[in-house]
This record gives sequence, C-alpha cells and structure tokens, in this order.
Amino acid sequence: MFVGPAVISLAVIGIAPLIYAAYTSFHFFNLTKLKHVEFIGLQNYAFVLTDGVFWQAIGRTFTVLGMALPVQVALGLVIALVLHQPGLTLLKTLARLGLVLPMATTYAVVGLLGQVMFNQKFGVVNQLIGFLGVDPVNWIGNSFNAFAMVIFWDVWQWTPFVALILLAGLTTVPGEIEEAAKLETKSWLTVLRYVQLPFLVPGLVAILILRTADTLKLFDMVFTLTRGGPGSSTELISLMIQRVGFRAFDQGLASAQAIILLAITIVLSQLYIKFFYREV
Amino acid sequence: MSIATGSKRSLTGQCILLLIILAFCVFPFYWMVTTSLKTQVVALESPPVWIFEATLDNYREALFDDGVLRTLGNSIIVAVCTTVLAVVLGLPAAYALARFEFRGKKDLWFWFITNRMVSPIVLALPFFLIVRNFGMLDQHITLILIYLTFNLPIVIWICTDQFRAIPKDLDEAATLEGASQFRIFAQICLPLAMPGVAVSSIFSFIFSWNELMFALILTRTNAKTAPAMAVSFMEGYNLPFGKIMATSTLIVIPVLIFALIASKQLVRGLTMGAVK
Repeated sequence: MFVGPAVISLAVIGIAPLIYAAYTSFHFFNLTKLKHVEFIGLQNYAFVLTDGVFWQAIGRTFTVLGMALPVQVALGLVIALVLHQPGLTLLKTLARLGLVLPMATTYAVVGLLGQVMFNQKFGVVNQLIGFLGVDPVNWIGNSFNAFAMVIFWDVWQWTPFVALILLAGLTTVPGEIEEAAKLETKSWLTVLRYVQLPFLVPGLVAILILRTADTLKLFDMVFTLTRGGPGSSTELISLMIQRVGFRAFDQGLASAQAIILLAITIVLSQLYIKFFYREV
Repeated sequence: MSIATGSKRSLTGQCILLLIILAFCVFPFYWMVTTSLKTQVVALESPPVWIFEATLDNYREALFDDGVLRTLGNSIIVAVCTTVLAVVLGLPAAYALARFEFRGKKDLWFWFITNRMVSPIVLALPFFLIVRNFGMLDQHITLILIYLTFNLPIVIWICTDQFRAIPKDLDEAATLEGASQFRIFAQICLPLAMPGVAVSSIFSFIFSWNELMFALILTRTNAKTAPAMAVSFMEGYNLPFGKIMATSTLIVIPVLIFALIASKQLVRGLTMGAVK
C-alpha cells in the first residue's frame, strides 16, 4: 500500500548490500585476487577484534568526540545564552543566520579550506597567530597538530548546531518561571543550573547521541584535510575501513570491520529511540 | 542583567560576543572567496596578502578548462533526481506512518531511524561490489539510488511530523463523504503538507549535493560530482590553491542559499525532528 514503495526501495538499496557485506565478511575477498575468494568463517572477525590498529582507529574516533563535544557544548551554551537575551534584535538575527553557514558547508570543502588556511607557509592561521607572537606551526605535517586541526574544524562546523539546539531548549522555559527566578537571584549561573538546565536535558541527550553517530560517520572532512595522516594519526574508523577496502583492497576484512561498526550504530539508534520516540 | 546600571555594560559585552560569533562563522568563507580571486602567484605569497588585485581567472580556468562545469552539472542531476525520487517514495510512507496503525510499524520506524545513524562506509563496500558486477560504476543512476538511503528517511521523518499536525477530523469528514483513502491523501492532506515537502526537499538536496565518499568510490569521470572534482585538484605538489577555492566557492554557494532559506528548520532536519 502506502509504505510499500519506500520499504521495497530501501530494502533493495539499504538491506541487500548489508547482507552482501555480511557474506563478504566471512570470506577471504581481495579485489586484486578475485580468483581466490574463499570461505574462512569467522577469521576476519577474529582478526579485527584482536587487531590493535582497528581499536586504535576506534579510540581516535572517540578521542575526537571526547575532545570536541565538551568544547561544542560549552561554546554552544554561551552562544545560546547570549542569543536568548532580549534586545539587539538585528545583530542577533544576523548571528543566527551566520550560525547556519558552518553547518551547511560541504564537508569536503571544510577540509580543503582547512588545508588552505592552515598551510604552514601560505596559511592565514599562522599569520594571525604570528601577530600574537607565536612562531609558525606545522599543522598538517605533525601528528599532534593535525589531530588538533581535525578537532578545530569539527568544533567550527558543529558548535552552531549545538547552540541552536540549546537555544530551542531555552525557549521552552516558561517565561514567568524565568522572570521570577531572575528577580530572586542576580546570578545567571543559578538561573541556568536550577531553572533552565532541566529544560536543556532532552537537547543535550540528542546532541550526545547524534554527535556520537556523526563522529563515527566522519569521513569527508578528514579525508580532504589530512587523508588520515600524517602516518595514521588522524585515521578515524570510517577512513580506516575505506583504506582497507579500497586502497588495500581487502574487502573481506573491511566488511567485517563495517559490520562491527554497524553493530555499534544499532545500539546507538536504540538509545535514540528510547529517549525520543517512546510514543510511537 | 536586570539591573539598570549593569545593563549598558552587558549590552556592550553582548555586542562584542555576537560580533565574535559572526566573525568566527563567516571568516573561513571570506578567506575562501578572496583566495579564489587570487592568482597563483598572489596565493602563494608568504605571509598571505589581504589586499590584492582580484581576478576571475581561476573560475574561468576551473569551469571551462578543467571541466568543473560538467561536474557541477552532474551534481545537479544527481541531487535533483534523488530528491524527486525520495519525495515520491517517501510521502505515501510518511502518510501511512502518521495515519494508520499496522503491524510492524514500530520496527519500520526503528529501521528508518537506523538509516540516519549508519556510517556510509558500511554501505559503500558492498554497494561498490554489487554495482561493479552490474557494470554500473560511474553512472548517475548509481549515485541517485545510493543517496536514497539517507534522503528517504529524511523525507519520511519530516513529512510524518507534518501529516500528524493535520487534524484527523478532515480525514473523517472526507471519509463520510465517501472519498477513497488515496483521494484523502492526494487531495486533502498532501496540499496541507507542502511546507514539510519543501523543507525535506531542501535537506535532501543539500545532503546529496554535499556528499563526497560515495561519489569518490562510485564515480570516475562520466558521473563525477563537483566535490569529488575539487578533491582531485589536491594531487601533486604545486597545489592550485586559487582554483581549489574557486571550485569550493561554486560548490558552497547554492547550498548556503538553500540553507538560509530553510534556516528555521535546519536544526529540526539535522536532529530528525527530535528537537523542534
């Protein structure tokens, strides 16, 4: 009936490939040795689960999340609180429109822009920090700096998202309660902690779950910015699977990695539904 | 903030903060556009120059000599087709989810939501092998179909919300008049759901237009999209910064226009309706 077409097409393009990926993951399947496809049971999984490189990539992915998310929430909260204040309507409308820009920017372009702006010799970032008396930094060629750069761009792109979600939360606080609280105390921190925070919790949960999912998906920006390098210092999980599957051509192993990533994702989705779609 | 003496100072403080926020968001775009207007010699000056003679050479060369124009065309074809397809397939499903009770509805919903979460690389591996077997690599239709995996859920999501907001009384009245289920959908609910259709189309367009990974893996020359093209400039030692930024500017401008149009709904779309 009504759902038929959508279900069938998603099944064909979404589910069928996954079944095929599961099939590949049980085989030795190398694109350069297609004559030797061979059933090897759980060997790929055994390899992935004991593979230090795989867990390092997972670890890096969660490190990006763990470093970027607190910054995004802190900055986002400040921005949301400022925008929530009355007055300065024109400037605030402009700022809100400004916040839309980073979110919509093509992820690949963010990475390219990062290369241009953070270039050691010709980049504007080194020029700007030069005004503060800091020596030029080798951003792209140094493992630690490259990692910091990935986090910087993630913060740049997604802080507005966090800010706008929190702002939406702030507007759900009933006006009278907020006014009454502001008469009681001069400290905005108290108002935030006891009056506004409870209204921000659903937004914060959504941010946590969605940012986790998006960091696990993060590919385009890092690929154009560093290609996972130098070495493998910025190789997040998506980049690693892409490298194993399409640059090392080991589709069997990459599929096993992908299936494990999928399992993590399904747990996340369960959480998301648990928090937001109870009524359905 | 409520005290009269502090309010002037706090206003100035607010002003400064807002200007910093604006500068932080906008500066990278300013740099992108100005770099795209520099000749290679000017772009490679160290330290970078802020005032220079602008030229459109990068745009001309990128568009006409390097074939960016063609890849932009491919991007438009792919994004428009996948959006139309997602709306046509997704709208009836959204209507059913909003209006009817049926077995497996919860599972269906869960599946749609999971699609928002799944890393595209998980699909890219098997999809590549399948498409290669069918000889469909480097064709528009391949990208159009794979993009449905993220566009269809968006359309279903936003439009389900929209259909729910339409009072059921309307349906019931129409049923009493003897209208068929399909006529109620097509002639009563659909026109009222148009705002949702518009917003989800914009999202679908933006996401498809911005996509890089599938485009890199599934296209070579014929169906290559603009982001994949921009990336291919990155090879070699002497990076043509101006051309890369010109291509980037061309990619970003249409998205920004659409995003600003839909700016009020942007968060709703990105959170899949969880936050309104």
